[in-house]
Amino acid sequence: MQRKNVLLWISAALVYLFLYLPLVIVVVFSFNDSRLNAEWVGFTWKWYGKLFHNQEMLTAAMNSLIIAGVSAAVATVLGTLAGLAMEQSRQRLLQMLVLAPIAMPEILMGVSLLVLFIMVNMTLGLLSIMLAHITFCIGFVALAVQARISSMDPGLVEAARDLGASPWRCFREITLPLLMPGILAGALMAFTLSIDDFVITFFTAGVGSSTLPLQIYSMVKIAVTPEVNAVSTLLMLLTLVVITVASRLSPAVFRGE
Amino acid sequence: MEITELLEIVTVSRHFDDFVALDKVSLHIEAGEFFTLLGPSGCGKTTLLRLIAGFDQPDGGDILLDGKTILAAPPERRPLHTIFQNYALFPHMTVAENIAFPLRMAGIAKKEIQARVAEALDDVRLPDKARQYPDALSGGQKQRIAIARALVNRPRLLLLDEPLSALDAKLREQMQIELINLQKDIGITFIYVTHDQGEALALSHRIAVMDCGKIVQVDVPERLYGVPNSRFVADFIGKCNLLEGRVREQQGDSVIVELDGLGPVHVCRSETKFAAGSRCALTLRPEKIRIAAAIVNSADDESHFTGHVHDLLYLGDVTVYIVTLANGLLLEALLANSASGRTNFFEVGDQVEVAWSCDAGHLVLD
Repeated sequence: MQRKNVLLWISAALVYLFLYLPLVIVVVFSFNDSRLNAEWVGFTWKWYGKLFHNQEMLTAAMNSLIIAGVSAAVATVLGTLAGLAMEQSRQRLLQMLVLAPIAMPEILMGVSLLVLFIMVNMTLGLLSIMLAHITFCIGFVALAVQARISSMDPGLVEAARDLGASPWRCFREITLPLLMPGILAGALMAFTLSIDDFVITFFTAGVGSSTLPLQIYSMVKIAVTPEVNAVSTLLMLLTLVVITVASRLSPAVFRGE
Repeated sequence: MEITELLEIVTVSRHFDDFVALDKVSLHIEAGEFFTLLGPSGCGKTTLLRLIAGFDQPDGGDILLDGKTILAAPPERRPLHTIFQNYALFPHMTVAENIAFPLRMAGIAKKEIQARVAEALDDVRLPDKARQYPDALSGGQKQRIAIARALVNRPRLLLLDEPLSALDAKLREQMQIELINLQKDIGITFIYVTHDQGEALALSHRIAVMDCGKIVQVDVPERLYGVPNSRFVADFIGKCNLLEGRVREQQGDSVIVELDGLGPVHVCRSETKFAAGSRCALTLRPEKIRIAAAIVNSADDESHFTGHVHDLLYLGDVTVYIVTLANGLLLEALLANSASGRTNFFEVGDQVEVAWSCDAGHLVLD
């Protein structure tokens, strides 16, 4: 019994080590006072300072924020409507159509969107990236909203109607406020998915519309510099905060209920 | 009191695929009445309530309020409110906001809403709960808030869907008394749905007993209990012994019935005319049966039989004796435990005599 426990602890520790050691290394070396990711020399903030003076990096970061903000906003509206429709119609086909982009290989999404944009003669840039991101974010928002709806008492809507609320007021005063945690969780999830997406962005980006992940990739092609470590650390931090907030808002989604 | 008809249900039917939930149901409900729809689960009582509330549409028939159809009106335009089984309080609103909701929907001025909410909270004796959220309330408190919310803008009609089923027995009895008094005070018509016959008897002015989508009997509680019109009602309302037999002859309100395996008994004060030879059942409530070691001073109009105690159940206030009669039939009889402790008159296996007077039983036809 004791032995079994020890083995369990060791194997768990190894798994977590495997999962988190690379992240820890990135964070640690982002504070390392050396150009090489080889040995610890001393603590410094200078790579973060350099980052904020790197014009390309700042533009890319700005692009990423704009894309993530707009995509998340649009995907949230559409995803919420899709979630409501999914719950109401209970049609398998509708569910599949909304959720398929989640399961679709990203590379396929990227290629097909690129083909579409070229067919309609669209200039690749921020707009094309946003459209692409909205496409794959809708499904996630719809899932988060649907999880919330299915945990809601349908009697509440009937009670509101019974007490004199028109369908629209009932939606505004009862359904929407009760769904809000799910909607916000979906929005935050969409934001994080958009801000760190690489594959689909790679296919749908044009000249001068580089995003943070694309910028990091182009820098890594030469070498993994401490600046890359620094920007990765910041991105990680942002994602962590957003996901934490989202999971607080809608525990059900993250528990997979 | 002048009786005015408030709600009229005219041959209303509702089908769900092949299942007939309501089969041409007709009812009249009078203003100021405490009316109960009683029946086992699946009998259609909740379906009927949902049709009246407007959550569902009938496949046939009409529902009239003050003589005018309300079928075209959506739930929000019907001057009636519903108390749901789980209360359906809005979890994101405080108690005060919950009660204010119907007033706000009706477009009443803010000042007046405040006053009326405060008044409603006083009425249900929970004035200090205004700022709390429903989650912080006990079951009984939620119940009262749901009632306050449903009554705050004075509906014509209040529909109650098994509102006490989630409460424990003690609290339920207390809420029953509160409901009776409330209904008496405000004079709003209540339509109450329940599967609990005791609750129905205690609360209602009139009860409609439903089974399989049909109304079986509509009557005041005393008559449902005393003069059931069918085996189903006799069996469903309270405890009842059913003795099978055949009508031998009838003279006025006096009937002689040949009970299977027991012989002839006399039943008086019969309201119905029976054809000689028709199959029937004599319904006998356990408390109307006398049980003794030997029946003395038997009146002429009493029927009595010999049997053995088969089982007994001590219930505190009464002891229930299950008596086997000559034909193997089991008869249930009660003896009150008037002295303190158990007044154990008989043991299992004892020979006893049972008797009932001619007006104790009531005949129902097959």
